[in-house]
Order: sequence, then structure tokens, then C-alpha cells
Amino acid sequence: MLAHYLQLGLRSLRRNPMLTALMVMAIGFGVAASMITWSVFRVVSGNPIPDKSEALYTALIDNRGPQYNNAGNEPPEALDYDEAVALIRARKAAHQTLFYNIGLSVMPEGSHDLPLNASGYATNTDFFNMFEVPFQYGGAWTAADDDARAAVAIISSDLNNKLFGGANSVGREVTFDQHTYRIIGVTGHWDPKPRYFDVFAGMTYAEPPDVYIPFTRAIDLKIDTSGRNNCGGAPVHIESAEAWLHRQCAWIPVWVELSTKADAQRYLDFLTAYAAEQQRAGHFNWPPNVRLRSVMNWLDFEHVVPPESRISLFVSVGFFVICMVNTIGLLLAKFMRRSAEIGVRRALGATRREVYEQFLMEAATVGLAGGMLGLILTAIGMQGVSLLFEPEIARLAHLDFSLLVMAIGVAVLAALIAAFYPSWRAAQVQPAWQLKSN
Amino acid sequence: MSLHPMIAALRKHKAGVVLIALQIALTLAIVCNAIFIIYARIQNVQRPTGMEESNLFLITQQWVGAPSGDDPADLQKLDAMMREDLNVLRSMPDVVSVTPINTLPLFPSSWNGSAALKPGTDLRAGNARTTFYFGDEQLLKTLGLHLVAGRNFTAADVTHRGFRDATESSIIIVTKPLADKLFPQGDALGKAIYLNGGNTPSTIVGEVERLQVPSVASWASGFVWNSAISPVRMNINFSRYAVRTKPGRLDAVMRAVPSKLYAVDAMRVLDDDSVKSFKDIRADAYRADIGMAVLMGVICLILLAVTAAGIVGLTSFWVGQRHRQIGVRRALGARKIDILRYFQMENLMIAGGGALVGVALAVGLNRLLMSKFEMQSMPTFYVLVGLAVVVVLGQIAVFVPARRASNVPPVVATRSV
Repeated sequence: MLAHYLQLGLRSLRRNPMLTALMVMAIGFGVAASMITWSVFRVVSGNPIPDKSEALYTALIDNRGPQYNNAGNEPPEALDYDEAVALIRARKAAHQTLFYNIGLSVMPEGSHDLPLNASGYATNTDFFNMFEVPFQYGGAWTAADDDARAAVAIISSDLNNKLFGGANSVGREVTFDQHTYRIIGVTGHWDPKPRYFDVFAGMTYAEPPDVYIPFTRAIDLKIDTSGRNNCGGAPVHIESAEAWLHRQCAWIPVWVELSTKADAQRYLDFLTAYAAEQQRAGHFNWPPNVRLRSVMNWLDFEHVVPPESRISLFVSVGFFVICMVNTIGLLLAKFMRRSAEIGVRRALGATRREVYEQFLMEAATVGLAGGMLGLILTAIGMQGVSLLFEPEIARLAHLDFSLLVMAIGVAVLAALIAAFYPSWRAAQVQPAWQLKSN
Repeated sequence: MSLHPMIAALRKHKAGVVLIALQIALTLAIVCNAIFIIYARIQNVQRPTGMEESNLFLITQQWVGAPSGDDPADLQKLDAMMREDLNVLRSMPDVVSVTPINTLPLFPSSWNGSAALKPGTDLRAGNARTTFYFGDEQLLKTLGLHLVAGRNFTAADVTHRGFRDATESSIIIVTKPLADKLFPQGDALGKAIYLNGGNTPSTIVGEVERLQVPSVASWASGFVWNSAISPVRMNINFSRYAVRTKPGRLDAVMRAVPSKLYAVDAMRVLDDDSVKSFKDIRADAYRADIGMAVLMGVICLILLAVTAAGIVGLTSFWVGQRHRQIGVRRALGARKIDILRYFQMENLMIAGGGALVGVALAVGLNRLLMSKFEMQSMPTFYVLVGLAVVVVLGQIAVFVPARRASNVPPVVATRSV
């Protein structure tokens, strides 16, 4: 019977082409607008590391004093060198890592190419395990390498392709900024979005990193951060390179892995105790002000979802609601116009339920057609997403299978919901009254 | 015309009336807010930076294996490399002037700090937040800034220093807004200020009319026009140069730059983004604002079209349903214009009712957006314009079915279907 109703629905679509076109367009535009903005929202608000997002935390300590902090006395969003190194040395978490951004020049060997720029991180061994970096060749360096301040490097498969044509380059040498490093690993493609651990430097949607070297080595070579260095307006008095390293500015994020809530609480206690100890020693003359933020808490705190995305999602949902209201009105007009036909059907023995089913089915066909149009419009709109968002975000939003299914599903569901009331009205038609009046 | 029969007729179509009114209310609420958002964004984007923006481009390059700049000999070497680049760029045909610079307005890199009237003052203790530009005596000319008081830097004023050296320069040029903030009496020229909580004074030697800070993010919105220019060549392992070309020669000069610089020293990184016209820098900075304005504009237009279509659809249905009644009225002496007026009036009542609800919704939505997205309060003007737009839209949309109704011949009354 449903198949028959579907056929009737399709036939009825052709009967009032004008009204049908209006409904299909309303649903199509509504679906397209919400799908486009949803696809962007999905990318920017997703969980970048679902299996571990509750176990990874960034540790923050106020090292400058409340007069330089922003509203709510929030400590700086990263640590200075002294605090970062102290936390890593304390080894109070299962794993702990620290890093800063580096931008190094690299000379492709044996060719006449011009120097390239490779950006990445100066970090420690735990980074790779904690953030689940996949390896194509080799692996991470060891804690011993960190302690030995070894000249080792890990490069991305992308850089490996440029430098070594994609061959296994583990054990070979590479020159960054005229210092030689031994390659110890080549990462596979790795590009978590948003890059939760590096929101501080504004690298949330940046190109994937190309190079990693030990933090200790980078400090020895006095490699400066290429990322953010936030002194918060505090006076900076620096007389020597050594003083520069110990400046009271935020530039090194520290992340720790704590598998249970109890561990997290213990770590927070440790941070508080550390800050209290600094206060007793006279380094800080303010009470302990520390934070421990998990991945999603951190992304939320940093407002990683761009306001454009939220506002446009908001507006599109409003837009979709208006399209629905419009569709309800048009369906009502379409169905009530056929009161006579309904009267005849009812007089011939159709139950209200059957009339109801028939009209819902008809609405579903409208929804299906609207979904198709919506898909086409979504595909076109996706081309325009780069207009609205940074190219880094825009290239992440694309039309995939799940979005396809969702667009059709939303359209049919919307049409069905819109049809509840008009179909009910249609089913209420009194056969006697209709037959009499005609 | 009496409204009584009209209201009686509408009561027979409660659902349709409510739907049209609801749609008009929602449309009004969204369109008002969307137009307000567009206006705010456009206003933001159209702010002049204070520079002459045409024929201007920025070069960013990094030296490979440059000295670190920590000891004096290294610093001299770095500075020599920079001056060599400057000489080559300045000798290019069609180049008007060149300055070394740390960043430009709207460029995503900035050096921010504070300016105070007393030495050693903490930023938060008051005074002004400011951004710093470092360049030489050609900076004003290259950027096309308007000097409104005092003098420009001379070649003798220009010093050079390393990135980690926190010495502040002894003279400085500030923007008029910064000067007025620090010295409300307008006597800033020749006065000393203290930068970044330091203890050495910097004397204000000149004031420029306007120069925007680099960041367009909300954290910088409190000091958009507070800029200070120091006569310093900053020696780091990378450098930036702002170049002004003769009119119409921008593209040619930009294309010629990489080979000229490689000829000086091939050990440097110059990639696709290294040579960038100011036009592109501006487009990148405001991409989101312009995109948001376009999106809102498109949504507004489609929304108005959808609403109009809904009115046409439902009114057409009513006209069809009342076919015979219209014939009877015509037969009883109603003129065509009376029928037309009837439907126009009916729509005015529904749209008017919807619009009143819409005004309340629009204000509510604005409050909601204000609480969530740092938006400003919407002036009443927008709501009134929105109200007029939806009412006129309703009248236009209803015209087509209303005219069809007015064309129903009186003879219909005598026919039985």
C-alpha cells in the first residue's frame, strides 16, 4: 500500500507544479544552509582525540602575578621555561611533555633546490606517545636521548618525500639551520584537527608539523620560539641570553597524561603545592593560582570554535525553521485543496488512518525531492565556504557520505514533521459535507 | 470598508493565518539581526588603516644559517645583511621607497606592549596599551602616513639592535590617538614616555594622524589606533621589508623581487607567501567578516523570497476556495478594485500582526546574540526598517493572487460546480 501511496504522491507532485516547486525549494534551501554550516561546525567542534581526551591535561601555573592576568585571574595559557622544566623533572604524571614551536630552514641535499622552511616542535620523548603520533619508519627518540641532548630528529612523511623521495631515511643525516641531525623516525600522516595541544600559539588549524627535535637540544642551540611569546605586558628586563631563557613570559605549553580522575586530583594538588613552595621561596609573591584543563575543557576555554561558525549555525537553524513553517502552510493549502477527493475516498470506505498515511507519504516524496535539491545546493555552497572561513578551516569541510545521508534524512524528516498537522486536517475532512457541497 | 466580515472570514482559516503571521514574525526577527550583523562587519572592514594602501607590498624572508645576533660581531653581520637587502631593493626601478619593518597593519604578527608617563609602571596600573612598529627614516614615506605634528626620523636617528635586547629607543613617533590618550591637553610633542614598564625615557618627536594595530582580533579592539613607531632596524634571523612602488608597477616589482634577493644571497627562504601585496593582506585579515556579510546577505534574500512564496501559495489557495463567494460579491455589485482591496487589506492585517510579534522576537534574538557573541545592541531604526520591509513584501506577494481573485467574473455565482 505504501508503494501505491508513493506513486500517488509522485503523481500529485506533478499536479500543482508551482506549489510543489515552492515547497521543494523551501526544504532544499533550508537543508543546504544548515548542512553547509553544520559541516563546518562539525570540523571545528569535534573531539580531536576521542580515546584520550579525558586523560590528557594541560597544566598552567601563574608565574607573573595577578596584576598581569586577564579577567577572572586566569593564569597565562602556557608556562615559562623554569616552571615547564620543573614540572617535567618532577615526573608526577604517567607521561608529561613540553614543547615550543620552531621554524627551521632545511637544505635539500645534493640538488640545486633553494632552501625550504620546515616548522614543527622542540619537545621530548613523551610527546609522540601521548598525542598518538603514527610512524611510517623508525620511532620516537628515547628519554636517554632527551637527557643526552642528542642531535636527533623526526620528520614528517611529507618532508621525507621532499628530501629523500619517500625512501626509508632512518639513520641518515639532515641539516636544519646549519646543524646536523640524525633522523630517528619518519611520521605517517598526522594532523589532528583542531590541534588541541597547540592552541596557545594559534596553530589550531595550521598545516601539519614537519619536524621534531629534542627540547634539550633546541635550548642548547638557542633556537627561538617561532610561536607565541606572551609577556602579558609585564616588564621584561633581559641582559643576557641566559636571562632571556628564564624570562617570565608564557611560551611553553606543558601537557600531562593522567588516566583517572583521582590521578588528576592528585596532580592538581601537586601543582598547588609547587606554587605554594615557590611562594615560600619568594619567587612568587601571590597565592597559588594553578589550573589543570582536559582537552575538551581547554578547547572550550580557548573558544576554539570560531564565532563565525556558531553564529552561522544559529542563523541557519532559524532559517530552517522558517522554511519548515512555510512548508507547513503550503502543505496545508495543497492538501485542503483536495478536500473533495478526500471526501470521495472516505465515502468509498477509506479510514482516517489510511488518508493520514497517504498524505504523510506524499509529504515524504516532497521531502525527498527537497533533499535532492538540498544536496545539489550544498555541493555548490561548499565551494563558497572558503569565502566565509579561513582556508585552513574551509579545506577541512567537505561533502562526504555521512553528510549526504544526513541531508536526505533531515529533508525527509523535516517534511514529515511539517506534514503532521496538514495531514491530520486532511484526515478530519467530513465525507458527507464534501459530497453535499459539491 | 468594514473589517468585520474580513475578521469573520479569517477565523475560518486560523491555521493558515497563524502560519503566515508566524513566518513573517520569524523572517522579521532574522532579517533585522542579519542586516545589523552585515552593517557591523562592513563598518569594521571599511576602517582605513591610516596608510596609503595601493602600490604597497610586504616581503618576509628568512636567512639560512644567519648568526644568532647574541654577540656584537654577529649583530653587525646581521645588520649588514639587512642593509645590503635594503640597498638592492631601493635600487630597483619603479621602487619609490623601502623600509625594514616588523609587521604591517592587518598582518598576523605583532609586537605589543604599553606606554606610560612614569618609569617602571606596570601595564595594568593604567596608561595605554600600544603596538610597536620598528622601521627606519623611510617608514613614514613608504607606508604613506600623514605626519600631523613634529618631525620624521632622519637617517642619523636610526639604530639597530637584536631581538632580545630590551633597550627602548630614545625618540619615538606615536599616533595622534595614543598621544591624546597619554596627554589629553594635546601637548605630547617633546614629552617623554616610558615603554613596556622600562626606566629609560623615549621622547615623542612626531605624531602621525592614524595607524592601525596589526591584529583585528577582539583582544586588540581596545587599542586599535594606539601605535608607536621606533627608529630601529630589528636584527633577527628573518626580516620584513615594506616596499612602495610607482603607480601601476606593483605586480612587476613583486615578480622581480625574489631573483634580486637571491642574487644578493641564495641562502634564504622565500616561499609563496613571502611577497604579498597589501591588498592580499587586507583580504586575508577580513576574510571572515566579508564572508559573514555575504552569507547573511544571501540568507536574507532567500528568506524574503521563501516568505513571499509562502504568502503567494496560501493566498492562492484561499482565492481558489472562495471562488464562488467572490463571484457572489461581484454579482451583488462589488467592483474589481473592492475584491483586490479586500485581499490586500486581509494580508495587511495578518502581516501587521505577524510583524508586531516579529519586533519582539527581533529584539529578543538581538539580546540573545549580545549575550553569546559580543554583539552590540541593535538600534530601533533596524527594527522599523525590517517592519516596513516585511509589510511591503506581504503586499507585493499578495498582489498576484489578489488580482486573480478580482478577475473572477460575477457569472460564477450562477454556476453550480
